[in-house]
Amino acid sequence: MKCSEFLHELTDYLDGVIDANTKAELDEHLAWCHNCYVVCDTTKKTIEIYRDSQLYELPENLRTKLRSAIVQKCQSRKKSSS
Amino acid sequence: MGAIQPKVGEPVSDELALVNAAKAGDVGAFEELIRRYDRNVFRIAQHIVQNREDAEDVVQEAFFKAYSNLAQFQGQSKFYTWLVRIAVNEALMKLRRRRPERTVSLDEDVKTEDDSVPREVADWSPNPEQQYNQAELREILDKTIHGLPATFRTVFVLRDVEGLSTEETAEALDLSIPAVKSRLLRARLQLRERLNKYFQRREKSNGAQKPSSGDGSR
Repeated sequence: MKCSEFLHELTDYLDGVIDANTKAELDEHLAWCHNCYVVCDTTKKTIEIYRDSQLYELPENLRTKLRSAIVQKCQSRKKSSS
Repeated sequence: MGAIQPKVGEPVSDELALVNAAKAGDVGAFEELIRRYDRNVFRIAQHIVQNREDAEDVVQEAFFKAYSNLAQFQGQSKFYTWLVRIAVNEALMKLRRRRPERTVSLDEDVKTEDDSVPREVADWSPNPEQQYNQAELREILDKTIHGLPATFRTVFVLRDVEGLSTEETAEALDLSIPAVKSRLLRARLQLRERLNKYFQRREKSNGAQKPSSGDGSR
């Protein structure tokens, strides 16, 4: 397997949606190709860091403000359409 | 190397009942749906529009539009996927209004030359995120994802941050499954490449200095 072929399968490999034979080939490639191992490992870390980062959390006070604004609009729409 | 463990979503068993009650005019039931998904919609919106005020507008507009069009929701997909579709469209519209000179579309012909082939292969520290405090880390992640095209950011946030399946992402974005997969691969590789400079393992002899996170590159 070439590195470019490994890269092509990387997303399915990381998502664990790959058949057993292909996975075995990819694992074998990873065992000897240090570069692909590093790319795979750091890509996995990239995803985990973003997923666990709490980037763009909605603060509770803003959350309440937004929710009541939406509910108010929905209520006035309900009134106008009934 | 193991696969990534997806986030576990909340149970949605009573969701259809809430949607039906909201359709029948129960605003309280719709408010419960807002409580369930407002944080997700806000996160998705801010990943796309990259600005908090616009993300707030997107949350309001998306939920109001969902409420106004509930009759069209047939229940063939999850309510959340349907809502995400509305929110993504609102967010992309905001971007278009803000940058009318640039077309922003999920179908945009992403350059075919391979800009995602790893150029720099350097190992990272074992827990790279721990090199920075929370505020520094958030700034790095914010700045890094900001540099990606909107179409990549959108696929990445839905699949990897929110944990939608490939099929749900394709449905929410009106893209084919191969298109979702190819955008996701490129988004992941480009983010990895851009994070290298912050997270790569440094030799002590070179002075273990952190690169400045405020280099004004955005």
